[in-house]
Amino acid sequence: MSERLSRLMPARLRQLIWPLMALAALLLFNGLFTDGFARVTIRDGHAYGSLVDILKLSSRVMLVSLGMTLVIATAGVDLSVGAVVAIAGSVAARLIVQQQIGLPMALAATSGLCLVLGAWNGTLVGWLGVQPIVATLILMVAGRGIAQLLAGGQIITVESSGFSFIAGGYFLGLPFPVTMVALMLLLTVALTRGTALGLFIEAVGNNETAALFAGVNPCAVKMFAYAFTGLCSGMAGIIEASDIKAADANNAGLYLELDVILAVVIGGTPLNGGRFDLAGSLVGALIIQTLTTTIKMRGVPVEYTLVVKAVVVLVICLAQSPELRKLLLQRRASA
Amino acid sequence: MNSASVISTDEAPLLAVRGVTKIFPGVRALDGVDFTLRRGEIHALMGENGAGKSTLIKVLTGADRRDGGEILFDGCSIDPRSPAEAQRLGISTVYQEVNLIPFLSVAENIYLGRQPMKFGRIDWKQINLRAAAALKHIDVEVDVARPLNSYSPAIQQMVSIARALDIRAKVLVLDEPTSSLDANEVRHLFAVLRRLKAEGLAIIFVSHFLDQVYAISDRFTVLRNGKLIGEYDAAKLPRLELIAKMIGKDLKAVEEMSARRGAEPVRTAHQPFLRVIGLGRRGSMTRFDLTIRAGEVVGLAGLLGSGRTETARLLFGIDRAEEGRMEIDGKLVTLTSPRGAIGRRFGFCPEDRKTQAVIPDLSVRENIVLALQASKGWLRKISTQQQQELVENYIKALGIATPDAERPVKFLSGGNQQKAILARWLASRPRFLILDEPTRGIDVGAKVEIEKLIARLCSEGMAILFISSELEEVVRDSHRVVVLRDRKKVCELTGGQIDLPSIMQAIAARADE
Amino acid sequence: MKFRLSRTHIPLLATSAVFALFYTGASFRYDGFFSWTVFVNLLHDNAFLGFVAIGMTFVILAGGIDLSVGAVVGFTSTFVARLIAHQLHPLPAILIALVIGTGFGAGMGALIRFTALPPFLVTLAGMFFMRGLGFAVSLETIPIKHPFYEAISEFSLRVFPVTAILFLSVVGAAIYLAHYTRFGRAIYAIGGSEPSAALMGLPVSRTKIGLYALSGLCAALGGVTYTFYTSSGNALAGTMLELDAIAAVVIGGTLLSGGVGYVFGTLIGVLILGVIQTIITFQGTWNSWWTKIAIGVLLLAFILLQRFLQSSAGRGGSGVANPAMARNMPVIRP
Repeated sequence: MSERLSRLMPARLRQLIWPLMALAALLLFNGLFTDGFARVTIRDGHAYGSLVDILKLSSRVMLVSLGMTLVIATAGVDLSVGAVVAIAGSVAARLIVQQQIGLPMALAATSGLCLVLGAWNGTLVGWLGVQPIVATLILMVAGRGIAQLLAGGQIITVESSGFSFIAGGYFLGLPFPVTMVALMLLLTVALTRGTALGLFIEAVGNNETAALFAGVNPCAVKMFAYAFTGLCSGMAGIIEASDIKAADANNAGLYLELDVILAVVIGGTPLNGGRFDLAGSLVGALIIQTLTTTIKMRGVPVEYTLVVKAVVVLVICLAQSPELRKLLLQRRASA
Repeated sequence: MNSASVISTDEAPLLAVRGVTKIFPGVRALDGVDFTLRRGEIHALMGENGAGKSTLIKVLTGADRRDGGEILFDGCSIDPRSPAEAQRLGISTVYQEVNLIPFLSVAENIYLGRQPMKFGRIDWKQINLRAAAALKHIDVEVDVARPLNSYSPAIQQMVSIARALDIRAKVLVLDEPTSSLDANEVRHLFAVLRRLKAEGLAIIFVSHFLDQVYAISDRFTVLRNGKLIGEYDAAKLPRLELIAKMIGKDLKAVEEMSARRGAEPVRTAHQPFLRVIGLGRRGSMTRFDLTIRAGEVVGLAGLLGSGRTETARLLFGIDRAEEGRMEIDGKLVTLTSPRGAIGRRFGFCPEDRKTQAVIPDLSVRENIVLALQASKGWLRKISTQQQQELVENYIKALGIATPDAERPVKFLSGGNQQKAILARWLASRPRFLILDEPTRGIDVGAKVEIEKLIARLCSEGMAILFISSELEEVVRDSHRVVVLRDRKKVCELTGGQIDLPSIMQAIAARADE
Repeated sequence: MKFRLSRTHIPLLATSAVFALFYTGASFRYDGFFSWTVFVNLLHDNAFLGFVAIGMTFVILAGGIDLSVGAVVGFTSTFVARLIAHQLHPLPAILIALVIGTGFGAGMGALIRFTALPPFLVTLAGMFFMRGLGFAVSLETIPIKHPFYEAISEFSLRVFPVTAILFLSVVGAAIYLAHYTRFGRAIYAIGGSEPSAALMGLPVSRTKIGLYALSGLCAALGGVTYTFYTSSGNALAGTMLELDAIAAVVIGGTLLSGGVGYVFGTLIGVLILGVIQTIITFQGTWNSWWTKIAIGVLLLAFILLQRFLQSSAGRGGSGVANPAMARNMPVIRP
């Protein structure tokens, strides 16, 4: 039976089934029991409604989760994404407001800087062999200080219609961040599956020594993953700053790393590296946001959001844990 | 110790295993096995890979639980659920890789978990005193307050034994205890074991080294494919007969095998492909010369720890040579990484397949194309169709038993994993292939196929460095044999000189200095 | 050879040196820095971080990590304040909070042990859970008005801050626990090699659950201390505190891969973070973000130091036979 199933369905799709089912269950529950959840209205060619909001609100987590998926696939983790988001906001805001260089230049410079910040993590992890949690902890701690330093301890407000379009504008009827996620997903898939990078990442994450002996350069692979995550975080930072039309170095990207890591893990990429699943991570991000929206719309006090999130995340991770399955099977066998 | 109860009595064995069965999904790892251990004996457990030795040990020491049968210990039926429980009963194990805590002191390692207490606190003075005494009992005198990892593997092994003895073990299980020891260290270990035996301890000894097994054991129990073959007196079972029982062949076939001689020398008209002059690295290999021609198999013989793997690592650029130089086709090259070596069209099948070669979650296809893809770089991806063709070819050519190319390689048997790794290198079309123990841990059929493959590859002009602890294989397959001892190259045998006795003599000879 | 013996002490020495340097440097630069008051305040102000960091030290020594500590601090502070607001005497209120913190830690430990989920993930979920629970208790700051609290602050003003005394005694207890109990040694063993510890028959499950419980207890103690500082409880207290705690542990010389480190080092690590804060306060013109940047730079330096020590240990450890070995082994010559 399972033999046949595996032949009918490619391995990657089979992995995706759990998160997809969780998302479907959440949506179904809301569609049936939450008033107005499934309603999507079109005004001036723009779509509005809870579903659209979920897409827009989860865009930051989705963007960063693309990079984080690659990092986690190399058996690493990047804790500094939230701090990079804050830095990106401060830098972009300063460049636009104080330097008066054009918007495209400012955005390009910001993205470039975030790429460099990611590469810094990559250097520590790849070349110096520091444990990922520790290496990225440095930027996580110092980064927020740097962001505050760059913003001069203030919230820099940005009055630029071009800049606010990034988060507030619409493209093809959907919020513009959705387009950004789609483009970045295309880019990531092209980079990892269109080239051999994906294979190298999975090889390094699954057995680094073997990959090294087979001629893969683990340092370069890790460098790519962390730098790319830096870039993704930078874009998320720009969206966040654009959304509130200001750079808030204290609160931008706060706890983002947690949501992103959870999204990746829910999406089926194991924390100890190896096979990765980009689509799964996006589904994971959607699950987290849908959950948050559900809680809000069901009238559950906001303060319980985090509790519910914790429980759901734990349940999903437990469902995916092979150890627990083994434990349960043993119980059943011995009973 | 009460000597009256210690005297070995045949009617009451210390440990009696009766019809023990252990089933893993798809395998009967132990199938109704009997095993008897007396007080004051050293009993070797013999068998090829997959015979069930380690499973039997795991069942005895509580790491696995049996599915059927009975274990009588001192007349009582036991069923240890964990190593700790087995230890409390009096069955202690010393594992192949030292299972102690490297950062903690030697003394603490001996008393961890059962530290003497005084006024509610650990009595460190007592620990150090007692540990020093316990080690002295087995002829080791070291500073017990220093961390364990500041000592050699041999001392660590002895600390492990001291711990086992201090728990008042009645049965000591030694699983491959000598694999990281040199000859002197082995002698010391054996002297200690003999004394412990005289004190009434029962010892189960597992080792791949036949010489050692014969030197130390009183009796053998031979297993094959999870079944008991028999129990024998060491003195009455000739070596070849033992091997025959282990591999399940009749004696004649074995005799034929060991009588065969080396391959004919390669005509030396070829310019050497690789020339190494004075290559060396501190703590790894003393400077050595080596020449390998295209179409030649050079065997590397020597005991474990003699520098075989270290040589391979130096040649493949994993470890950087500190002195000497390397020429390929007469041109000077410097290798600083495996990538560099692969760029010169080298290939390397490492000894430790599981940790250094196989990428378990990736498919057979991905495992095979990896080296070729890595040498092409990340941008020039081999198309899916090309990959499939390539992989299908190798699956067929090497007879890799897998339902399809997309199966994760971890589900394949050891022999098929090894073939997939070989395919990985063949696909990258190397000019020089280093094979470090390519036949270890795989079944006899696969071994023969790999040996045939080696012959075919060199006839196609590939240069091969063949490392194996099965000396017969080295003799059979090599055009030239380089013998290593104590991380030095000691001699080189060519053509007709290659036979088992010559190699063994070279290995066994003592250094003169 | 002697050098290797003290290898594990090098980060500790470096930490102490950094602390001495900062402290004396600041004493020369700022009037009144080198005073009893400043030093006592250093202990008092950082006790809250200190408790959390000590719990974290045990977790990291065993090769784990506990991200939930900051959230536990926040929950404990509101919870205690809420109980007191409901007319419960502070002592039982504090006791209940400590029990909850311990039990919560034990629960996470059990999850980590029996499901083999990474500690990082479980304690992350634990962090969400506790933060949410804290918000559920109250979204606002709850002031505490009770004679007991006034007595404590009164006592602290005239004699010696209660928190500083408590801090030093907890450090003492933790050192005893780490070095003179089987539980403490089992933690080191698990951090050194968990499979080996299991094969040696050490109670791995009990120890792991126990040490996360201990971390929960320490975090709850931190939360109680917070209520002493502010005479109030706030669910947002201790935000990102886990980062400072981890930083203090690492700067204190504990190896993040587990198995090597000292509670005393963590004490110094906490004091270093405190001194940086104090210096920035004394300077006045510098902004608070420099604290974060300085901690980041220190973290980097200590991590690189650890890295360097590890790689040089790997080099020295391989190959060469030990002279002690040669002396003891019977050598047979031809």
